[in-house]
Amino acid sequence: MALTNEQIERYSRHIILKEVGAKGQKKLLNAKVLIIGAGGLGAPAALYLAAAGVGTIGIADADEVDLSNLQRQVIHATADIGKPKVESARESMEAINPDVKVVTYHEFITSENILDIIKDYDFILDGTDNFPAKFLINDACVMAKKPFSHAGIIRFKGQLMTYVPGEGPCYRCVFKEPPPKDAVPTCKQAGVIGAMGGVIGSLQAMEAVKYIIGQGKLLTGSLLTYDALNMDFRKITLPHDTSKCPVCGSNPTITKLIDYEQAECEGTGL
Amino acid sequence: MKITVAGVQKEVADGLTVAQLVIDENVETPQYVTVTINDEFVESGAFESTVLHDGDSVEFLYFMGGGQYGINE
Ligand SMILES: [Zn+2]
Repeated sequence: MALTNEQIERYSRHIILKEVGAKGQKKLLNAKVLIIGAGGLGAPAALYLAAAGVGTIGIADADEVDLSNLQRQVIHATADIGKPKVESARESMEAINPDVKVVTYHEFITSENILDIIKDYDFILDGTDNFPAKFLINDACVMAKKPFSHAGIIRFKGQLMTYVPGEGPCYRCVFKEPPPKDAVPTCKQAGVIGAMGGVIGSLQAMEAVKYIIGQGKLLTGSLLTYDALNMDFRKITLPHDTSKCPVCGSNPTITKLIDYEQAECEGTGL
Repeated sequence: MKITVAGVQKEVADGLTVAQLVIDENVETPQYVTVTINDEFVESGAFESTVLHDGDSVEFLYFMGGGQYGINE
């Protein structure tokens, strides 16, 4: 399908890039990206992917917008307090770009529904705030052979990595299983600087765009860490050998999805 | 001997173990950190028995979830 005159103008700064062009823009318009968590990471990612003209954006989050979210979750406004985050996110994305079809999932992701939700998407963004969800997303993406971007943020630090089936380690290769509840500090206890979600969530959107247009080198096989206080970005090479991984390895012992601490794993949006 | 820890070169005592390095570096939540030496994982039960060598490059990989376990606030 040819781009309309309006689309040529809207996406002109993309189209002029040799790595994108009209061809890459059409790939974006035909792409389907799922964002799990409409919070600190999901908010900037959703805004940039909508602006970029990603044709279908799924957004999953069971929460409602809370006053304490607004310090960092820039897709929601003060008037949205009390509204489901997915609805608030949908309105913001549709206001930016009518080309985008937004699909909302106002529910918790669980071992029961995740495979069905991710199956229609080309790329998944983990913007969740809790380890049970992060392990569930990882395992489901490994099992369904879906590429995804993992990220985490806390205080003045953030990190992300990208999993593409067959092209390097998964999240579980690096982190074997969720730490016990309260064993590692959370944002609620420890805080997080608002712009950290902007930095790391935008990098996740960047990975999704690069994956869709098939350009550049993804963060597969490496973990990018960002320390804002020292203004230090580091790209850490991850081990190549994934054979011993319980989910993506050669003899997987995890063959069914696990709901860790089901009752606790409720707030999806960072 | 010289080793590199998170990209920074350091002079350390010969025979230093990963377990001691984790203490020396004040690693937060040391029981949940993932350690790599020269881009290979150190088994989590092997910190005591893993001795570092001159020229090794060590990385600490931290759990970073982000938010809270429970529902909003
Ligand atoms: Zn793995």
